[in-house]
Amino acid sequence: MKNWGFKISKPRVLDFDTANLDAYNRLIEKVPSAHRCLMCGACTATCTANLHTTFNFRNCHLMFRRGQFEGLAEELDKCMLCGKCKLVCPRGVNTRAIIYNLRIVLSDLNYKKIEL
Amino acid sequence: MDKKVLIIGGGPAGIETAYSLALQDVKVVMIEKDANVCGNIQNWEKLFPDFKDAEEVRKILSQKLNHPNIEVITNTEIKNLYPQGNLWFAKNDDERIFEANAALLATGFEVFDAKRKEELGYGIYDNVITSADFEKMYKSRKILTAEGRVPQRIAFLNCVGSRDEKVGNHYCSRVCCINAVKQAIEFKELVPDAKAYCFYMDMRMAGQFYEELYRKSQEKYGVTYIRGRTSEAAVTRDNRIQIKAEDTLSALPMKMTVDLLVLMVGIEASAGTTLLSEQNDVLGLYGFAKPLGLYSEDNMTTKPGLFLAGTCKRPLTLPETLADARSAATDIIKYLKTTK
Repeated sequence: MKNWGFKISKPRVLDFDTANLDAYNRLIEKVPSAHRCLMCGACTATCTANLHTTFNFRNCHLMFRRGQFEGLAEELDKCMLCGKCKLVCPRGVNTRAIIYNLRIVLSDLNYKKIEL
Repeated sequence: MDKKVLIIGGGPAGIETAYSLALQDVKVVMIEKDANVCGNIQNWEKLFPDFKDAEEVRKILSQKLNHPNIEVITNTEIKNLYPQGNLWFAKNDDERIFEANAALLATGFEVFDAKRKEELGYGIYDNVITSADFEKMYKSRKILTAEGRVPQRIAFLNCVGSRDEKVGNHYCSRVCCINAVKQAIEFKELVPDAKAYCFYMDMRMAGQFYEELYRKSQEKYGVTYIRGRTSEAAVTRDNRIQIKAEDTLSALPMKMTVDLLVLMVGIEASAGTTLLSEQNDVLGLYGFAKPLGLYSEDNMTTKPGLFLAGTCKRPLTLPETLADARSAATDIIKYLKTTK
């Protein structure tokens, strides 16, 4: 068959009707303060890893909230778990615990397995 | 004091000013266009941010009108307000004339007509309602879709008719953000397993205890806030509503189907406010009445003897309106004492 050079591109739309939004409840069980996050970005602004890598904690948290798990585990592995983000959060969110538990939940969902 | 004041509008601002004046021995004639007094709060069930029963407030306000110095005239819409010498006159359609030493505009607001934002589907799709409709439903403690189902997913859209130059309203209505938080909590209390989303451009939680309630709605009730203005609503085959927005925090387009869409309608100047302000050259922006100044002259106008109170000037919350009304009474008394 002739190849016309066209391909099907994946839609970029966040579809709340099909996304796995329930995974977020597993995080909330472990870290209830995650609910309070306002997405202000103070955590990312203070983040040491963010200075040298593409790691953006606020965005990782948001993408997980929206049920978008692709590539998230790899991003989270850039965190050094220093906990500086937790010191600046205006809503007292346990950011460090979010990263730790997100990694476990993602592993359970078969995104980049970790040995515990 | 042998002086009389004409108050046009029998809402919270009118009532509170009337009572404050009556206590100072001023005779008041309060004229209301509808059959009942209390204005817009008749349509509200509970008030933000403390979920106070609006009925209690209505009762307190109505009782104030029992003061012997206050005469209440209902079902009378003033169409003409004008000064002559030191006196103020008001006329309705039947040419009935009311006369007094001073006049107060307390003609209040109307909620934005959501049909003007056609793309959001109000009046077109059954399951698009306004925040005012939500209050009516909540009176019976039943929030249901047009088909009588309990919604499993509900979305609140902020800034409908506010901060939108496409409808000519550049201003913020101030009360809708906190009202959305209140209604989302009320819904989650009725249907704890359902999902509640709130779309916003900014969440403006400037009042006392507003931020606390916002936080509680996230922490205790799990209400999800999404920054992004919904551009359009469409109906699905099963009569649900599909909405599209940009999730601006992730910079991705998003869509979701909801069972019920609630439009948080803003505050607009009432027709009476615009009409009577225009007649007296005190018309300000967006049809609201214009005070003489923003600071100590906020209840006065360029016309001696004509005063303003409440939401005929701009969007205000109920406590702000009541405080403003008492402040207007002080200015009116000062005027009456110094004028023949």
